[in-house]
Amino acid sequence: MAEEVKLLKTWSSPFGLRAFWILKLKGVQFDFIDEDLSNKSPLLLQSNPVYKKVPVLIHNGKPISESLVILEYVDETWKQNPLLPEDPYERARARFWAKFGDDKVLASIWNAFIKQGKEQEEAIGLAIETLKFLEEELKGKRFFGGEKIGLPDLALGWLANLIGVFEEVIGVKLIEKERFPLLSAWMQEFAEAPVIKESWPPHEKLVTKFRAMREPYVAAAAQPK
Amino acid sequence: MANEVVLLDFWPSMFGIRVRIALAEKGVKYEYKEEDLKNKSPLLLQMNPVHKKIPVLIHNGRPFCESPIIVQYIDEVWKDKAPLLPSDPYQRAQARFWVDFIDKKMYDSLRKTWTTKGEEQEAAKKEFFEVLKTLEGQLGDKPFFGGDNFGYVDLSLIPFYCWFYTYETCGKFNVEAECPKFIAWVKRCLQRETVAKALPDGKKVFEFVSAMRTNLGLE
Repeated sequence: MAEEVKLLKTWSSPFGLRAFWILKLKGVQFDFIDEDLSNKSPLLLQSNPVYKKVPVLIHNGKPISESLVILEYVDETWKQNPLLPEDPYERARARFWAKFGDDKVLASIWNAFIKQGKEQEEAIGLAIETLKFLEEELKGKRFFGGEKIGLPDLALGWLANLIGVFEEVIGVKLIEKERFPLLSAWMQEFAEAPVIKESWPPHEKLVTKFRAMREPYVAAAAQPK
Repeated sequence: MANEVVLLDFWPSMFGIRVRIALAEKGVKYEYKEEDLKNKSPLLLQMNPVHKKIPVLIHNGRPFCESPIIVQYIDEVWKDKAPLLPSDPYQRAQARFWVDFIDKKMYDSLRKTWTTKGEEQEAAKKEFFEVLKTLEGQLGDKPFFGGDNFGYVDLSLIPFYCWFYTYETCGKFNVEAECPKFIAWVKRCLQRETVAKALPDGKKVFEFVSAMRTNLGLE
């Protein structure tokens, strides 16, 4: 039977981008659909009834949701160019940093992005503390996965691109080269890597989108209390 | 080399209980260390510097944190006995999805049923029942979430049961009345020695929570 692989994502979602990356890195033939989240397709609603979110991978008609779950599924199904190591300890570490990225880094950076005034200062402080853990983890490594791109690199990859967008919108540098030399080097190397570099969504379009997303928070903060 | 396994844990933690069940299913001998969360041990802080939380599994000196990651590690290392995750990649993906769902939805909605009052509490109860109904739907007619066999999703969910007496008493609701299928599944799990031994008594959890609620000014 011919393999049918379909990826539901959006043009801008960093979570969808992860799934896109791993399929490309593995050389898997697939189709993708960029969803309009204000008008979700019946296919999306049917394939992810629990969350109704992207990304969803549909492999021979069977749907898989949640980007980290999709990454592991793809890694286990298409064994070329493995993204997770063989050793159980190293696998656990890879999973830990991928999860840390989503649970802590993303949340702290988002807070720094949406908050205003004093709250923003505090949020930036917290984001920097979180990023220090990543800086520490990169010691002696080219990528979080070691010598080559691994699961945690794909999970954290959004940093390489969206940080610049956020910094431009809020006018504050979050990842300074002097403070985060290893993380800065990783961001550059990851961003320029084959497959990755061809896939970044257009910068200006992202700036416009995130600036618009931030507006309600700016407006709310400007309301007299 | 000797297989040295240590578990840093806190007796009512549902996340810790998951690890205890997994180790028991695999027949792994380990040393259990009770942590005082108001006075965390230097070992805990050293082994989990990022989150400073339990459970932490220490295997031959190497730390493992985050219960889903720990359980998957246990399944990969002690692979000759009692497989916890399915062998088929699609089924594994489904299992991981549902454990992620449980982690996103159960803990927070449940916590709110005993840490809030009034309207907030009512909303939390409603959310909790929606979560249970979704899980019941996923279970369907199967004896376990893993199918015929007790597995990763079952062991990730069952530890919440020892907190039900607390939620039901504080929130004034009855899970069995609303979700009988769920409770039937609970009873099947409790028939397993590994589960029955790992779950603390619900009333003991309630006493512990009552003390905490008093401190929060909710009693």
